[in-house]
Amino acid sequence: MTPHLHKDYVGAKFGMWLFLFTELILFGGLFILYAVYLSRYPAAFIAAGAELDLRFGAANTLILLTSSLFVALSITALRLGKTRQSLWLLAATVASALLFLVNKFFEWSAKIQHGLYPASPELQAREIGETVYFNLYYLTTGLHGLHVLIGAVVIVWVMVFIRQQKVHRDDWVILENAGLYWHLVDLIWIFLFPLYYLVL
Amino acid sequence: MSNYPAGDRGFLGDPKAPGFLGWIFSTDHKRIGLLYFWAIVTFFCVGVLLGLLLRLELFSPGVDFMSAQTYNATFTLHGVIMIFLFIIPGIPAAFGNLIMPIQIGARDVAFPRLNLLSWWLYMIGALLAITSLFTGGGPPDTGWTFYVPFSTQTASNASLALFAVFIIGFSSILTGINFVTTIHRMRTTGMGWFRMPLFTWSLYATAWIQILATPVLAITVSLVMVERLLGIGLFNPTQGGDPVMYQHLFWIYSHPAVYIMVLPGMGVVSDIIPVFARKPAFGYKAIVVSSLAIAFAGSLVWGHHMYTSGMSDNAVLLFSFLTFVVAIPSAIKVFNWVTTLYKGSIALDPPLLYALSFVLLFSIGGLSGLVLGAASADVHVHDTHFVVGHFHYVMFGGAGFAFFAAMHYWLPKIYGRIYSKKLATIAWGFMFVGFNLLYLTMQIVGVKGMPRRYYNYLPEFTDLNRLATVGSWVLAIGLVIMFANLFHSVLRGTPVGPNPWGGASLEWQIPSPPPTDNFGENDPVVTHGPYDFKEAGIL
Repeated sequence: MTPHLHKDYVGAKFGMWLFLFTELILFGGLFILYAVYLSRYPAAFIAAGAELDLRFGAANTLILLTSSLFVALSITALRLGKTRQSLWLLAATVASALLFLVNKFFEWSAKIQHGLYPASPELQAREIGETVYFNLYYLTTGLHGLHVLIGAVVIVWVMVFIRQQKVHRDDWVILENAGLYWHLVDLIWIFLFPLYYLVL
Repeated sequence: MSNYPAGDRGFLGDPKAPGFLGWIFSTDHKRIGLLYFWAIVTFFCVGVLLGLLLRLELFSPGVDFMSAQTYNATFTLHGVIMIFLFIIPGIPAAFGNLIMPIQIGARDVAFPRLNLLSWWLYMIGALLAITSLFTGGGPPDTGWTFYVPFSTQTASNASLALFAVFIIGFSSILTGINFVTTIHRMRTTGMGWFRMPLFTWSLYATAWIQILATPVLAITVSLVMVERLLGIGLFNPTQGGDPVMYQHLFWIYSHPAVYIMVLPGMGVVSDIIPVFARKPAFGYKAIVVSSLAIAFAGSLVWGHHMYTSGMSDNAVLLFSFLTFVVAIPSAIKVFNWVTTLYKGSIALDPPLLYALSFVLLFSIGGLSGLVLGAASADVHVHDTHFVVGHFHYVMFGGAGFAFFAAMHYWLPKIYGRIYSKKLATIAWGFMFVGFNLLYLTMQIVGVKGMPRRYYNYLPEFTDLNRLATVGSWVLAIGLVIMFANLFHSVLRGTPVGPNPWGGASLEWQIPSPPPTDNFGENDPVVTHGPYDFKEAGIL
């Protein structure tokens, strides 16, 4: 493998931003479907949206926002040479990610216990627009949950790099890019939360 | 700058990365480009064979040797292989990797390891697509468009084929990110934006479409997979979904994808014509701007695939208007190419022959596209062979012939050996005649009312179908001669110097084949534009 003679930080971040665009557009497909189906079944969407538990959503919003703060602080810590502190902050980010997923698990379980899952008899008895709403809800939050998981794995991977001194105070672009990815995961949730929990 | 001493084969024989593993794990953009090239050519040949089989079945009405199911599977495969494995990666991944970094004076792309990953993803996707033929419920039979509800209900192995498309799409996105970053960050001293060769400019426009459109395809095919595997159907009317939304999302990607296919071809032609006319490109900036305009406007016209699918009249009117708008930048390019040739000192070598056929065939394809873009005319020829003919004029006559032009133009650079120009010209003759016989006849039989995607047809279409099938044989003879000539040249062709065609862009200033680090000790300093033949000391 050819050694990298020069490192282009601006280029590395530029590439990451382009990748983040593609992630946004990936979710964009689901947002388009949300917009179209909301305009087609407004009443059913409002009825189904009222079934979601605002407390779960609000807690997860808080968790993700805090975790974004942890990542940002860990980058600053690493740049100041406080490697230990940076690692602890990243560990806190991963813990937040897991907390988010556990929370999600309980939220989904509660919904499923109430018979609200795709193709359930309960949903089939209701208006068809509510089926669309819950299909969208499970797929969009499911895809987002997958991204939370990927983001957590990426952060653990960067933590290993920091431990191995491959990422350090003079060479931290990998950590910054991982942080950017984590902020994206957070940002998408910031759109999902009002769309599914608040505006309906 | 002199060529190598005998026996030195540049990046082809890099002693630091020997053997097969030295190739498939190489991060050198030229090696990755060649890996793509050979894979793409292989899949192209498979796609051609399937196409020939389809034409053979249509030689006579009724069942000749294929059942309806086999015919459906064959045209699906032909489409999936040609679109996702040949045309979309064709010029950008193969020649973009080989040439673009050299054209901007870089030693590699911005993310060499990501580039290698893209190739691996492409090969894994290709492998999955081929696996889908022999596993599950048999080869997919949905057509390359995977329209719901059929694609969610067919017993054939559509899920694996969709997953393959997803993976290949990911590969395409990563290549796009790599190229945009490379062009932004790695241009050498003096290589301003408006000193970039037009081929690099076209790749830049293409890469943006790859980045912005491909994720829509990813989510769309994922949703079809989700419905097939989990039963959650966002496009399923029994669950309140709308199948037409699938078509919208699919074409939001797949129409811009048409420009992923043809823009790099336009770039190849824009690079070739000035060199063989011995004149600077006429309207350089107009060609650049028209590339970007096509990339932009082409993203807004997806609805013209759906005039008969159920849309409001207002939407049809808007999409029709926007479709006509795309014709303007395309025509600007054609006029600029023709004007570049005007009063030039033209050398009618094989690369120019293929490039000129691109201009003619693409123009025919584009003009027949206007027939389809006009909603009133489209309703009558929708889903007929006219569409198939139009599509092949644009894709094969356009992107395909541009790929051939690129092979004849750049392979001597890459391998340092040149083919027989006489055989290349003979091959071109066969292909040009066969091509028009095949696809012009398809357009005529389509206007007469023969639908597409049927293994059978009414007896009155027999003569025209036979003519088209004969055309496919003539075309195939040309292809065999062309590839035999090129492959022979790669191994045993006459050695050529660094600049066999008299080009002024950077790739012609280094030895053939290029050394692994492209430019030796010092980065090149650019003092003139890519078509300033006088400044470069060529004229």
